[in-house]
Amino acid sequence: MAGKPKALTVLFNGLLKENPTLVLLLGMCPSLAVTTMAQNAIGMGIAATFVLMGSNVVVSLIRKIVPDKVRIPIFVTVIAGFVTIVEMVMKAYFPDLDKALGIYIPLIVVNCIILARAEMFACKNGPLLSALDGLGMGLGFTAALFVIGSIREIIGAGTWMGITLTADLIDPATILILPPGGFMVMGCLIALVNKLTKKKRDQKTAEEPEKCAMGCPGCEKAS
Amino acid sequence: MKELFAILLLAMFIENFVLSKFLGICPFLGVSQKTSTALGMSGAVVFVNTLASAVTWLVNEFLLKPYDLEYLQTIAFILVIAALVQFVEIVLKKLLPPLYKALGIYLPLITTNCAVLGSALLNVQRNYTFLQAVFFGFSAGLGFTMALILFSGIRERLETCDIPEAFKGMPITLIAASLVSVAFVGFAGLVIQ
Repeated sequence: MAGKPKALTVLFNGLLKENPTLVLLLGMCPSLAVTTMAQNAIGMGIAATFVLMGSNVVVSLIRKIVPDKVRIPIFVTVIAGFVTIVEMVMKAYFPDLDKALGIYIPLIVVNCIILARAEMFACKNGPLLSALDGLGMGLGFTAALFVIGSIREIIGAGTWMGITLTADLIDPATILILPPGGFMVMGCLIALVNKLTKKKRDQKTAEEPEKCAMGCPGCEKAS
Repeated sequence: MKELFAILLLAMFIENFVLSKFLGICPFLGVSQKTSTALGMSGAVVFVNTLASAVTWLVNEFLLKPYDLEYLQTIAFILVIAALVQFVEIVLKKLLPPLYKALGIYLPLITTNCAVLGSALLNVQRNYTFLQAVFFGFSAGLGFTMALILFSGIRERLETCDIPEAFKGMPITLIAASLVSVAFVGFAGLVIQ
């Protein structure tokens, strides 16, 4: 069933066509909060990717024995378990990153992307495809975070990945690493994505939009 | 008293959950289209946030701490919050039907609202006492309410504006949020003794 082409489509789906942050508009909180530096953005992205893959595989393995009514609490517990692992690993091996990300690491639990993927993909597909979906979505999330983080860090602090770029010749526009900058960069990027994908979307509007049972209020697909 | 007032100012203005800590962005963007829905959602958040702060503080102090289980905080808190939301829903439905009618549809959405888990975690991180923790939860909810209602007013006006095609919908909303948040940066320098 899981032929090679299908596996690849699943993997790249999250990277581009259904990029969780810029197209599906899920998981806005961390995308805005930790993107003051490109480095932090990557750290957050990798942590979320790990949780996504882990929870997708487990959810997919237990999908047949979980009663429908209590599936959400069970999924949340699985996700919280993986987040706890990430938290402990991060505290032990990357204390600096842990300090920089602060409470946003435990808050991965309530990141809509993860529960949404468990609901929309992992509870309908096998573990291998679910792992690939988690990887693709996680990498898409990381990529979006990295782009936002880079823009904010370069313009807002004049550095990139901790390397000084402007050589103190120009004063960086600090507002971009402050909270307003997060909203602004995110808004402009989504507008850019809208502009670039507009043609494709016009053809697609005839199709029925996918329904998501999650009901995150930020998500337009919420039923 | 003074201390509690300081927490109120801190949670509402200096560290406004939505506009400077980016907690609860999803409901902030999702239900701020109309002032009436914004009011319903904020009411539910204030209510659950206060209760959740109290319950998670008790769970942490009397269940996790004595048995050295603090590493289970994330799991314990999210389960407590999910259970609490369900419980509140059932109790309200039975005892206070008018309030349930007003808040009903917003309640289930709160479990995945990071503001609630966020304030539970911040309470622990900052070693607040029980009273301080409850008050912090309440003030954070008020801060959320203020941001949401301010913003819904702006969004109602945005609807009649002529916006470039690509910016319609989410992008312009985010940019408007950015401008509102500029105002709140001004509070960042406040130091309360």
